[in-house]
Amino acid sequence: MEIREIISESLSSLTLNKMRTGLAILGIVIGIGSVIALISLGQATQASISARIESLGSNLLTINPGSSSQGSVRGGAGSRTTLTLEDATAIATSPEITSVKTVSPEYSGRSQVVTGSNNTNTQIIGSTPAYTEVHKLEIASGNFITPNDVDSMNKVAVLGPQVVTDLFGEGIDPLGQTLRISGHTFTVIGTTMAKGGSGFGNQDDMVYVPVTTAQKQLFGVKHLSSIALEAKTADLMITAQNEVGYFLLARHKLSDPTQADFSIFSQQDILNTASATTSTFTTLLSGVAAISLLVGGIGIMNIMLVTVTERIREIGLRKALGAKKKTIITQFLAEAIILTFVGGFIGIFLGILTSYLISVMTSSLFIISPISVLLAFAVSVVIGIIFGWYPAQKAAELQPIEALRYE
Amino acid sequence: MITPIIIADHLSKVYQTEAFETVALADVSFTINKGEFVAIMGPSGSGKSTLMHILGALDQPTKGKYVLDGKNIETLSDDELADIRNRQIGFVFQAFNLLPRTTTLKNVMLPMAYAGIPKEKRVALATKYLKMVGLGDRLNHTSNQISGGQQQRVAIARALSLDPAIILADEPTGNIATAQAEEIMSLFKDINDKGHTIVMITHEPDIAQHARRIITMRDGQIISDRKNSGQVKFTHSHQ
Repeated sequence: MEIREIISESLSSLTLNKMRTGLAILGIVIGIGSVIALISLGQATQASISARIESLGSNLLTINPGSSSQGSVRGGAGSRTTLTLEDATAIATSPEITSVKTVSPEYSGRSQVVTGSNNTNTQIIGSTPAYTEVHKLEIASGNFITPNDVDSMNKVAVLGPQVVTDLFGEGIDPLGQTLRISGHTFTVIGTTMAKGGSGFGNQDDMVYVPVTTAQKQLFGVKHLSSIALEAKTADLMITAQNEVGYFLLARHKLSDPTQADFSIFSQQDILNTASATTSTFTTLLSGVAAISLLVGGIGIMNIMLVTVTERIREIGLRKALGAKKKTIITQFLAEAIILTFVGGFIGIFLGILTSYLISVMTSSLFIISPISVLLAFAVSVVIGIIFGWYPAQKAAELQPIEALRYE
Repeated sequence: MITPIIIADHLSKVYQTEAFETVALADVSFTINKGEFVAIMGPSGSGKSTLMHILGALDQPTKGKYVLDGKNIETLSDDELADIRNRQIGFVFQAFNLLPRTTTLKNVMLPMAYAGIPKEKRVALATKYLKMVGLGDRLNHTSNQISGGQQQRVAIARALSLDPAIILADEPTGNIATAQAEEIMSLFKDINDKGHTIVMITHEPDIAQHARRIITMRDGQIISDRKNSGQVKFTHSHQ
C-alpha cells in the first residue's frame, strides 16, 4: 500500500471518528497551551520583579562626603563639605574614568514648601538633568530640570506625585503654577511618575530643583550632599568604584586611601538581593515548567494510549483483511503525527493567547520565550507520537485473532 | 479433477496459562478440495472456532501442519501471511466486523486497498460486489445505518472483493434474523456455484444442511465427517 494511500486512510479514520479525534487534540492542546501560558506567566513575573529592582538604579554608586580630618582630629558632621560640583564635573569629563555612564551631583535638604493656603515639609533635591537617568525617574508631565536651568540657576521645580497631592490636590496638573520655598518663588515645570516606596527616601515625596539653585539660593552652601554615579554595566561596579575612588583621592591631594574624605557606597546589597531573587525565580520557573510539561505529557500519553488501545480490535480486523504490519504501523504513526501537530499548533496559539489575555487583565508584561514554545511543542509531539505508535506497534505484532479478541 | 486446497495434518492447539492447559484442538486431520461447501458443526467449546482461525491464518497451531493451496503456512513470513489473508481467503465473521462509521463502499474497498489495487478499480469492483449481494442502493450508508443481515452481506461482499479461492465463515448467520439467514445461505450457494470453496462454522443444523459436507466436532476432535446428500432447498420446512 502506497504511503499516500495510507495517509488518506489515516485522514479518513481521523475525520470519521470526530469525538475521539477531538478529545485527543484537546488533550494535546491543553498539554501544550498550559505549559506555554505557565512559563509565560512566570517569566512576566520575573521580569516585573527585575524591573522593580532596576528602578531603584541597579548600577548605582553613591559618593558620600566623609569628615575631613586634620591630623588625628576628625571633624564633626558639619564639616562634611568635601564634595563639590567641580568634583562631579571632573568625574564626568575625566578621560581616566571609563566605567561610569552618568554622574548626578545632588544636594538635598528639607524645607517648607508653600502654595496659597497649603504647605508641606518635604525633601528638596538639588539635581541636574542626569538625576532622572541615574535614579530611573520618569516624568509624568512637563519636563525635568534642563542644563540651562542649572547654568542659569533658574527657580524652577519638578514635583513628586505626593507633593502635588499635598499642595494642589489629587489629579490636579500643577504645571506653570508657582510655589514658595524658603521665601523664593519657584515655577513648576514638571511632575514625576509615582515610583512607590514609602517612609524615608520616598521618591514620590520630593521636590527637585536645579542643584545650583539649591546650593546658592536655598541653602547657601558650596558643597554637595552626594554624587550618584551610574556604572555602565553591573559588572563594572567594582571598576567604577576603584577608578572614581583613586581619581578623587588624587584630586583631593590625598595619597593614603585611609585618609579619604569621602566614601563610595555601591548598591551591591541590592544587586545581591536582585540576583538571589532572580535565581530563586529561575528555579521556581524551571520547576513549574517541568511539572506542567510532565502533567501535559501524561495527559497526552493517556489520551493516545486510550485511543490506540480502544482500536486494537480494529488493528486485528485490518490484519485479518490482509494489512501488513508495516502498513498498520505507518497508518497509526501518521494519525499520531497529524493529531499531535494539529493539536500542537492550536495549543501554541491558545497558550500565547492566554498569556496575552492574562497580561492584559493583570496589566503585567507579555513575554513569550520561543524556547518554552519549542520545548512544549517538542515534548508533546514526541510523547504523542511515541504513545500513538508504540501500542499500535505492539498490537500489530499480535496474531490477528488475539488482536480481534482484545478487550 | 479433484485438487486439495486445505490440508490439515494432525493440527493441535493448546492454550497455556499459568494454572491450566486447555486443549482446544487435539490432533485434527482432514482435507478439503477445491469447490467444496463444508459446514463444521459442534457445540460451543468443541474447537471449531479455533480450527477456523487456524484455517484463516489468523492464528497458528501449536502442533501439526497446515497446507493451504500447496503452501505450508508454518514456513511463511508475517508479510506473506498477510498476502494470503488478503488474496486467498475471504473471512466472514459472526460479528460482521465492519469498520464503524465507515460507508459500505469503503468497507468493501479496504482489502483491495491493502492489495494495492488502484482507486477507480476498487470503487468499480466494490460497487459490483455490493450490487451482487443486493446492496446496490446502500453504497454510501454507514454500517450503523443498515440492518444486521445487510451488514453481513457487506462483509460477504468484502470477503469476495479480491476473488479469493476460499471463503471462511464463522457463524455467519449467528447474529441475524432467520429470514435474512436464508438470504445469506442462498448467497453462499451462488458463490459456491461460481467455484469458491466455502468452509462455514455453524451450530444450527438447518444452516448446516445447506452444505455438501458436514464435519462435526466435539472436545477438539472430529467425531464425524460425512457427505450431505440431502441438501435442502430454499424453502424451509418449519417456516
